[in-house]
Amino acid sequence: MASGIRDKVAILGMGCSKFGEHWNDNAEDLMLEAFTEALTDAGIEKNQIEAAWFSTAIEEQHVGKSGIPLAMALRLPYIPVTRVENYCASGTEAFRGAVYAVASGAADIALALGVEKLKDTGYGGLPQRSRGAVNDLYWSNASAPGSFAQLASAYQSKHGVNRDDLKRAMAHVSVKSHDNGAKNPKAHLQKPIDEERVMNAPMIAEPLGLFDCCGVSDGSACAIVTTPEIAKSLGKKDLITVKALQLSVSNGTEVQHNSWDGSYFMTTRVASKKAYEEAGIKNPRSDVSLIEVHDCFSVTELVTMEDLYISPEGGAVTDIMDGFYDADGQIPCQIDGGLKCFGHPIGASGMRMIYEMYLQMQGRAGARQRADNPTFGLTHNLGGFPHQNVCSITIVGQEGA
Amino acid sequence: MSVGIHAYGGYVPKTRLQRAAIAAANAWFNPALKGLGRGERAIANWDEDAVTMAVEAARDCLNGGGGGLTGVYLASTSLPFQDRQNAGIVAEALNLGTALQTMDVAGSQRAGTSALATALKVAAGGDRILVTAAEKRRTKAASPLELTTGDAGAAFVVGPMADDGDGIARLRGQATQSTDFIDHYRGQDEAYDYTWEERWIRDEGYLKIIPAATAEALDAAGIEAGAVTHFCFPAAMARVGGMLAKKIGMPAESVRDNLQGTLGEAGCAHPLVMLAHCLEDAKPGEIIVVVGFGQGCDALVFEATDAIAGARPEHGVTGYMARKRADDNYARFLAINDLMVIEQGLRSEVDKQTGLTTHFRNKQMILGLIGGECTACGTLQFPKSNICVNPNCNAVDSQDDHPFSSKVGKLNSYTADRLTYSMDPPAYYGMIQFDEGGRGMLDFTDVEPGRDLQVGEPMRMMFRVKDYDTKRGFRRYFWKATPVNAMEGE
Repeated sequence: MASGIRDKVAILGMGCSKFGEHWNDNAEDLMLEAFTEALTDAGIEKNQIEAAWFSTAIEEQHVGKSGIPLAMALRLPYIPVTRVENYCASGTEAFRGAVYAVASGAADIALALGVEKLKDTGYGGLPQRSRGAVNDLYWSNASAPGSFAQLASAYQSKHGVNRDDLKRAMAHVSVKSHDNGAKNPKAHLQKPIDEERVMNAPMIAEPLGLFDCCGVSDGSACAIVTTPEIAKSLGKKDLITVKALQLSVSNGTEVQHNSWDGSYFMTTRVASKKAYEEAGIKNPRSDVSLIEVHDCFSVTELVTMEDLYISPEGGAVTDIMDGFYDADGQIPCQIDGGLKCFGHPIGASGMRMIYEMYLQMQGRAGARQRADNPTFGLTHNLGGFPHQNVCSITIVGQEGA
Repeated sequence: MSVGIHAYGGYVPKTRLQRAAIAAANAWFNPALKGLGRGERAIANWDEDAVTMAVEAARDCLNGGGGGLTGVYLASTSLPFQDRQNAGIVAEALNLGTALQTMDVAGSQRAGTSALATALKVAAGGDRILVTAAEKRRTKAASPLELTTGDAGAAFVVGPMADDGDGIARLRGQATQSTDFIDHYRGQDEAYDYTWEERWIRDEGYLKIIPAATAEALDAAGIEAGAVTHFCFPAAMARVGGMLAKKIGMPAESVRDNLQGTLGEAGCAHPLVMLAHCLEDAKPGEIIVVVGFGQGCDALVFEATDAIAGARPEHGVTGYMARKRADDNYARFLAINDLMVIEQGLRSEVDKQTGLTTHFRNKQMILGLIGGECTACGTLQFPKSNICVNPNCNAVDSQDDHPFSSKVGKLNSYTADRLTYSMDPPAYYGMIQFDEGGRGMLDFTDVEPGRDLQVGEPMRMMFRVKDYDTKRGFRRYFWKATPVNAMEGE
């Protein structure tokens, strides 16, 4: 039985660009911004990095294929660079590659950097393109909001929740994230909103209105990882270590077999269970301090609270309305504003979440700093559609916790 | 050998554009259109064409059957492909196999009756042929044709009839007259018809050519004109049916409703639509005359048999006429028919190129909606795959073909999407689940604007255009789900 990743790798440094509409920046500019912050934070020289993982999801829109764009943008000294793509879990995949490299002993210090430059499409929302030659022949004409929106009708039907109560809880999710984003100078969206505005916004994909959808942003985030021993030898104290890294990928059961009801994520339930086990967390509702989940849409965040075994099944609406996940609640969710307001440059998003955990655990989160001392932080990404997706779960925490 | 009709069916698209809306929008230009501005016409949805309507009419006709067919004909003057056999697409969608003579019949408003007449002649040799006809004519805005035309399709199975056979309408006689009478024409690469004066068409065309052909057919049948019960005369022009009946000697009450008030004239398919409609009413022994006009005339004389009451289509012309939604949105009609340049947005620019290799090796799945049935555990699934999707099975190479198109599924989840590109937003789609196994995230069609769909609601499958590749003139077909309850009209 594998022993897992717990406490084998420490975060040496992290960086994150401001997210937003960077009309005058290329992807390379954002990559350098994130990297410079991380390198300074790590306190090392660039040539100490032995291997790199680079994540982008919609590379046709900006840097193109392969690891070369990272190596060129940062002038890396001819080290291995692996480019990874796994839909919206791409950023976490880059992190996973770098962490595994260190854990295996293949590299002492490794870099993970994600970037997405999406605001060159000419329109709002994620770009739509071919989904593969065969898929294009029969897949529905689905957008991201339209796919995730369907959680709502299935969830309502399963749990007997009426549309207005669900929509109200979804609105609370977005209002909370806007409140949090307003305290984050790097966030794309920094203006608070109220529930009525969310409820009355133009419809994007029934029942998701404009404010139920996250922003599409340009941005980059970066992590430099090493072993706890090396981190200490470099003078680092109070290390933040990786506790768990799990990935679960749909095999077609949801979309082709009648055992899935459409109201939850099979992948998240599999990955989160394994992640808690890997991290040694027995009771997530009492033991996890902070969560950053893939709130691409408000309803995604809502059902994910149950898939992470924090809210009981059918209980997310109540927890959300009770403020359980608010910044001053028991387990703040998206204390940095989330995808909703920090923004969602796909290849960078997973790493942006870890960046927030890293800041919070070091007491460096500024106006949005959680008062108590967070011990375990969980981040979660979903790539694809509820009916076929990639889910990644990362847990980071104080060394020894 | 005696030949005749064994089964019949029809199809009419759901939306009925109110003619008053067309007339009102165009009266500033041509006030005379107000005279045609009564009633409603059937308009195809953006994802329908002659092929999809022929498929639906054929499904209505075959009603789950379709064995023993040796040929499929498709008659239309609005075929989506000039060179790619359209009848072949119909046959693939119906999963009729490859041992078929498939054929497009086109080039004249007489194509529908000519296809039927020819199939009946071929049937004398023992063939059993599915004859389909469907029409979605392109008409210019503010043209009289825009008001009088309707979109629809019909289908028949014709074959030999034993004396005590199961056929429902025996062919008693037929005749054809060919003459290059050009009431209208459409040249190569022209989008629209060029039409001559109506009075000349009536006096020198209808009233001279049709009586001659009809008399000859009745003669061949050995039937007196006075014995005709149903006269199917398809032209939209008012009162001509009565004039013809009088001239030929058929009873005035034999002239059937040409469906001008409720459907419109469906081009070369219209005589067949009227015949399919007529067969729903016909009693044993009744005599039916159907004519098709276009550079001459086809006339066919049928006698309904004792079996007529027993062979009903699944819905019939009447069923599809009842499945309707009145619409006065003329602008939408113009937009989905490319009669108005509408801002489609940047999302419409996604390249829709289809790999023809990809298409060919997946055509049963795409055109026929063929999935798999696991021989190890019995699980139905779509698409058919190498490894069974049942988590407790996962058998390899265990699946037989299994057709899904006739199944009624139920809705598991859905959305109405205003972000994704659609010619007719919002785009409805969602998860459709078949109780006996199999499901899919599918596009929906013909959903009433603003209608709340319900989880668990029954949904049936319809053959539709999935994507238009406007750059290359190709179109992809696939199956979409539509609410079953819409059959009752909304």
